[in-house]
Amino acid sequence: MDLSAINPVLLIASLMVAATPLLLAAIGELVVEKAGVLNLGVEGMMIVGAISGFAISVETGSPYLGFLCAAIGGAVLSLLFVILTQYALANQVASGLALTLFGLGISSLMGQSYVGIKPPATGEIWLPILSDLPVIGPIFFQHDPILYFGIALVAAVWVLLKYSRFGLILRAVGENHDAAHALGYKVVRVRTLAILFGGACAGLGGAYISLIRVPQWTEGMTAGVGWIALALVVFASWKPWRALIGAYLFGGITVLQLNLQAAGVAIPVEYLAMSPYLITILVLVILSADKSSAPAALGRIFHASN
Amino acid sequence: MSDILLSIQGLTKAYPGVVANDTVSFDIGVGEVHALLGENGAGKSTLVKMIYGLVKPDSGQMLLRGQPFAPPEPRAARADGIAMVFQHFSLFDALSVAENIALGMEDPPPMRDLSRRIREVSETYGLPLDPYRTVGDLSAGERQRVEIIRCLLQYPRLLIMDEPTSVLTPQEVDILFQTLQKLQSEGTSILYISHKLEEIRKLCDTATILRLGQNVGTCVPAETTARDMAEMMVGTSLQTPERSGRALGDVALDISGLSVPSPSAFGTSLKKVHLTVRKGEILGIGGVAGNGQDELLGVLSGEISTPSDAVMLAGAPVGRLGPTARRKLGLLAAPEERLGHAAAPDMSLTENALLTGAVREKLENRGFLRWGAAQGFAERIIEAFDVRTPGPANAARSLSGGNLQKFVIGREVLQDPEVLVVNQPTWGVDAAAAAAIRQALLDLAAKGAAVICISQDLDELMEISDSFAALNEGRLSAHKDTAGLTVDEIGLMMGGAHGMEVAHV
Repeated sequence: MDLSAINPVLLIASLMVAATPLLLAAIGELVVEKAGVLNLGVEGMMIVGAISGFAISVETGSPYLGFLCAAIGGAVLSLLFVILTQYALANQVASGLALTLFGLGISSLMGQSYVGIKPPATGEIWLPILSDLPVIGPIFFQHDPILYFGIALVAAVWVLLKYSRFGLILRAVGENHDAAHALGYKVVRVRTLAILFGGACAGLGGAYISLIRVPQWTEGMTAGVGWIALALVVFASWKPWRALIGAYLFGGITVLQLNLQAAGVAIPVEYLAMSPYLITILVLVILSADKSSAPAALGRIFHASN
Repeated sequence: MSDILLSIQGLTKAYPGVVANDTVSFDIGVGEVHALLGENGAGKSTLVKMIYGLVKPDSGQMLLRGQPFAPPEPRAARADGIAMVFQHFSLFDALSVAENIALGMEDPPPMRDLSRRIREVSETYGLPLDPYRTVGDLSAGERQRVEIIRCLLQYPRLLIMDEPTSVLTPQEVDILFQTLQKLQSEGTSILYISHKLEEIRKLCDTATILRLGQNVGTCVPAETTARDMAEMMVGTSLQTPERSGRALGDVALDISGLSVPSPSAFGTSLKKVHLTVRKGEILGIGGVAGNGQDELLGVLSGEISTPSDAVMLAGAPVGRLGPTARRKLGLLAAPEERLGHAAAPDMSLTENALLTGAVREKLENRGFLRWGAAQGFAERIIEAFDVRTPGPANAARSLSGGNLQKFVIGREVLQDPEVLVVNQPTWGVDAAAAAAIRQALLDLAAKGAAVICISQDLDELMEISDSFAALNEGRLSAHKDTAGLTVDEIGLMMGGAHGMEVAHV
């Protein structure tokens, strides 16, 4: 056992990288659920985003074009969910599960010729002075732009939900769709936009795994991050900043336990591997003890005639 | 009142299988309070939805101040000065008062200005409200204020109110009427939907009566008796339930000093409830919804378990017994929520008859069901209570609210209960069916059963009950004889006007 092999600066820097896919997927799903829709297809949209982004950046050589297409890919898959649940009025739980299974299947089909290829590297930002600072530089100012985009997105979602007119309408639709309809708001349109946004975010999160975190393509490489994102939204009590805390906590413990494994700590690997899940859930359960307030119309089917 | 604000000419709207409105025409004058009367399903709601732009008419037209008016959506109707207070409040529980109001406005000012205007308008009209409170924490009367202020902030020319008083205490109704009269004096027209005839006689200038989607007459409510209006609504003469003099027997059911926490997070806990009902007596329990009615029914029916001797049925402790055991002893209950609580929506009437009748009607034999007997029982209910349905094999969901209510009440009445507890027995039931249900309860009491009737319809309680008590925030008032009880006394028993005391401080 050699704990001195663990470098705390690198550890913190890499936890932010580990947390970003989860954060992106969770913030998208948070908006979807605030609009009253439960989309269990996050995992499927992530993996489709992962392969879309990977394939496009390999073909074009541009990782940013890859990320853009990953967002589009996730959104296109979520369009299927829109058609099923908003127009065909199908059950949201079943449709979401189907979306995940479909996404896993189609992604492995799309990715057959991309196994074992290395994607083009995404550059890191380099700010003069700031990035050169000892300790603080590597932790905060030497990452890829997508990571900062993720944090900015959390702030943007928070502002949008709390202070903007559109955010108010979105919350109203998620709270009581019949009343929102009676007031003349387009429930289906608002929900469709929210679902597409959620799909795009999940796609980005997936591409972050295949282009930056791992960077390579293997089947099923999102490995349950989408499900963690779903749980994170609930335990974060549908609050954007709590989702950020939860994602970083999860990322941090994931990175720490990997380091501990590498350092040969005398704890069975299985316990270490389960620790991120356990601790994240535990902390968020304690956090959400105040007043966990699910959107009242969450998962309910809306039809204008009722 | 010579100016006509809104003229409705030959509006027709048909849904598959039913014509909701059939060439309805009438005019609403400027500054007029116009009542729209009718049974459930007479087409009142469809009509106002057309005026508010939620539903498009199949044919016919509307003229607003002489101009053709066909709002494609509520936004357009609001822009033309039409505002609506909904029957089932269209509020968002998790949002604040100001946010709720902003949602109902086209172009809301910033939150701070809006909050100030909410304060101003609410005080002008005597409807005090704190813009920062969460709507989920407000009482029914306060929630309605939110809706009204949402409308008033847009200076409407026509205010549509869909059954606004069904959830208010008498004092709150008075406050509402004062507000409406003030609005009327300022030239706002009001279209007032209700089936409470006395209210309409007090408030409205003109009444249009709908029956089965057709306009069957117009009258001046102040010059027409409530009975005449009711008969126009129903189309036949009404039978008033008859009370026969009856002697009260021994105590049938007794609860003394029971406190029970509510099983649901937003429910009301019962606090030191004393309740006694004798054989042959009908005890009416009034009060605004959400003051412990559901919990009281749960305690009586056995869904909420209590200390054994807290509930005494004919002197025997039954507090720990569940609903089935209590049914065996003759304590039956019919809850308020028809679909889901009193009846299983997707099961047939026969199956629903079995669900509560199995014990007393011997519809099961060593755990096996006797389908023939069950069907016979269901048919007896349908026959005795004039339930309109093709047969007992139909799903409970397929019945209209009134018919299902007759079935649910009939199912319990026909089991010859010793004590029957009903919650909102005539809620959403038309006048003729309501009279039949009330008569059945009176007949049951005449045969010596004790009946506890929980209701929010005070007229109903005055009509059938021998004694009256009110639930307010989980406390049950002392029982009083119904004879000689005034509306003011009842209002005070129900807790007065919720929240008004706070407002004057």
